[in-house]
Amino acid sequence: MSSPFLQMTHIGKSFGNIPVLRRVSFDLQKAEVHALMGGNGAGKSTLMKILTGVYTKDTGTISIDGQTVDITDTAASERAGIAMIFQEFSLVPTLTVAQNIWLGREPRLPGTPFINNAAMVRQSRLILQELGVDIDPEALVGSLPVGFMQIVEIAKALSKQARILVMDEPTSSLSEAETEALFDLVRKLKSSGISIVYISHRMAEILTICDRVTVMRDGETVMTEPCAGLSVARIVEAMLGAGHTASFEWQDRGDRPAVPPILHVRNLRLASRVQDVSFDIRPGEIVGLAGLMGSGRTEIAETIFGRRTAVSGEVIFDGQPLRGQADAIDRGIALVPEDRRKMGLVLDHSVRDNVLLPNLARFTRHFFVRDAEALSTVTQTIRDLKIKTDGPDKLSRLLSGGNQQKIVLGKWLARDPRLLILDEPTIGVDIGAKSEIVATVRAMADRGMAVLVISSELEELMAISDRILVLHGGRITQDLNRRTVASEEELHHAIQGHGHRAVDAIPA
Amino acid sequence: MQSKVTATGRSTPSLPDIQWQNYIVYIFFVVVLGFFAVMIGDKGFLSVTNLFNIARTTAMITVIAVAMTFIISAGELDLSVGSTTALAALICALVMQAGYPWPLAVVAAIASGLAVGCLNGVFVTMIGIPSFLVTLGMMQFIRGLDMRVTYTNPISISNQTYNGIFGSGYVFGVPSLLIWSVVIALLGHVVLKYTGFGREILATGGNRQAAEYSGIKTRRVKFYAFLLSGAAAALAGMLYAGMMQTARFNFGEGAELMAIAAVILGGTSLFGGKGTILGTFAGSLLIGTINNGLIIMGLDVSEQMMISGAIIIVAVAFGKKPGA
Ligand SMILES: Nc1ncnc2c1ncn2[C@@H]1O[C@H](COP(=O)(O)OP(=O)(O)OP(=O)(O)O)[C@@H](O)[C@H]1O
Ligand SMILES: [Mg+2]
Repeated sequence: MSSPFLQMTHIGKSFGNIPVLRRVSFDLQKAEVHALMGGNGAGKSTLMKILTGVYTKDTGTISIDGQTVDITDTAASERAGIAMIFQEFSLVPTLTVAQNIWLGREPRLPGTPFINNAAMVRQSRLILQELGVDIDPEALVGSLPVGFMQIVEIAKALSKQARILVMDEPTSSLSEAETEALFDLVRKLKSSGISIVYISHRMAEILTICDRVTVMRDGETVMTEPCAGLSVARIVEAMLGAGHTASFEWQDRGDRPAVPPILHVRNLRLASRVQDVSFDIRPGEIVGLAGLMGSGRTEIAETIFGRRTAVSGEVIFDGQPLRGQADAIDRGIALVPEDRRKMGLVLDHSVRDNVLLPNLARFTRHFFVRDAEALSTVTQTIRDLKIKTDGPDKLSRLLSGGNQQKIVLGKWLARDPRLLILDEPTIGVDIGAKSEIVATVRAMADRGMAVLVISSELEELMAISDRILVLHGGRITQDLNRRTVASEEELHHAIQGHGHRAVDAIPA
Repeated sequence: MQSKVTATGRSTPSLPDIQWQNYIVYIFFVVVLGFFAVMIGDKGFLSVTNLFNIARTTAMITVIAVAMTFIISAGELDLSVGSTTALAALICALVMQAGYPWPLAVVAAIASGLAVGCLNGVFVTMIGIPSFLVTLGMMQFIRGLDMRVTYTNPISISNQTYNGIFGSGYVFGVPSLLIWSVVIALLGHVVLKYTGFGREILATGGNRQAAEYSGIKTRRVKFYAFLLSGAAAALAGMLYAGMMQTARFNFGEGAELMAIAAVILGGTSLFGGKGTILGTFAGSLLIGTINNGLIIMGLDVSEQMMISGAIIIVAVAFGKKPGA
């Protein structure tokens, strides 16, 4: 191999006195797609934030094209040709695509301080054309679908002449079609000589798109190898340490005996998309809800949780219709919402306060919160879900993405719910934690908790569900006993609306 | 102000990195106190009478600011508190003037504060108008009402029991106003820090959507915060009336801004989610001390205003964390 284009050597970084990176080395060839993998909190984002100048390194050197570069801030990183596509998009929704791409660097009318709008739009159109996407540079960013926003981010990076592009979990909020489009784009960028660092927890993606993989564990690089011929098992072992395996096997938990369902959803019709949806869930049963992005799965979940009102139809829980969210929570329904930063966490509050939030009533006596009593529940949650934090008082903003997701799960599990609704529960969660979450949910289901899981990752649905409902065109088109679903492809077909099978009768 | 405190591990033996920015209000307080002690200590600044005087004159702002801490922590603002103090003072005085016993006057005054808070709460939480606008309008409206009630005439309060309890009296040599502000601040501190309501306030201000998804009734929480603010403003008005032994339509002019300054100086985030009543108390005392010291130094009002304004900006700038 030629000498690397980017070389990061012996990078070290501590926050306070906690080391997060210890002597990490990472290199990137020209026109290479290099996957950066590792468990939650391994230090991937931190390493890339050092490269992009968000954080400054304590030790180590960075060189590009053989030249040592001193990346002191984001501007220096930009000058060095590095751009990051942030997971939380850094676009201004009220500005147009072109305005966003050129934000802060708007071309001027020659000799004047005035912005040359025409040139801005023209150049944006050029870049977008080069990327082969059909986005109007004059459209407002806020009106674009998520997948397009990401492309605008990429266009913005290209407009800065970036030679190295860092993508931190770029597909976690994309639909399947959008993911495909993104992959095409990645290949195109690669062929034009751009190097890409690709962070993701999705094995399949990595093996499809990447040339090499580097795995980090506990702030160290433990493996760097070409993708060709690499097995998922190898990567997982490198991530988790020798002897650990992440089992994603489905377990046949048997049919529910003749227990009556705890949840009845009857002829639900919602303001958007959902036309007529009916299904039941029994105690102890894990039901997957499959469907395309935008098919209304989240809306159904929020209706059951009482955050939305149905146009018609009803939700009956434990024999009684549900009356709003407070009633739903009181009676033991929990919802882990899909967007942890917006709906799941108070980011500026500690892990402890976040876990306590839905449990406040339980720990409040005569107005006062019993903090000491509550603390044991919090530490229990941290231990059970293996949340990586320095302690319960660490601000949740400072935890890595996957660990934040575990807090959201933990704060509801601490309530011991009777019905747990999980909306994309493992976005950004590493494969080890994913299998732990699956195991935890399964164990709680064994003790009688009913579970409704929404996930766009079919592998996950296949691993966890006893039964899979397929939502298509606003209706439940199939009700599949997991035992009868042979492969992911079969489920995939069902979701696309192909090959209607008669709704299986589930033995009661 | 959004920036984060880094929690340090328990197991690590080395020094915890103390975030001195969190204590800036106390540091400033000590510095200002020290400065005046050196400069005008001999002019009576340090005398017990003068220190009590500072406490007396800041009591109203402290009481308002304690409630304002709840409002701001919940991510809202209440500009109507200043004019509400005058409304409550006038109602209190009028009821006593009409010959009713003073406890009834107190109840009426508190009720007027609650009514204002209730209106604010309804407009903000049920109709969904931003609190800045609602309470800005309310501030105007109530001030107009204050002027109308007595056609701007002052009403004196002759009930000495009332005056003694609410403003002019002493208990074992300690001014009742100081006792009021300490009690209210302690109460506020305990409620914000140790009760479910306090946690709900902070969660609502920290991330309203996440709080709602966790089952917090954020509208109700905000509504209660406005009630609290109205009641506190009414109490402040009664304290002021008790101290002056009279009620006037222009009581509490600018008090809302002073209170907000005290809250932010104290370290509460203007964006919600993070609040400290002890900081607020210190912030209020800091403002009061600066004003008092400048008066003793013989500066005239114009100079006082410029200097105290500048000090507020500097203190908040120091309290800002790097990168925020
Ligand atoms: N600003 C900070 N202050 C303190 N600790 C931090 C800070 N940023 C990150 N950390 C800690 O550093 C560790 C590594 O975090 P990082 O975000 O790099 O992990 P990651 O590999 O990207 O994980 P994930 O896959 O979950 O996104 C975590 O334990 C995190 O809590
Ligand atoms: Mg990360």
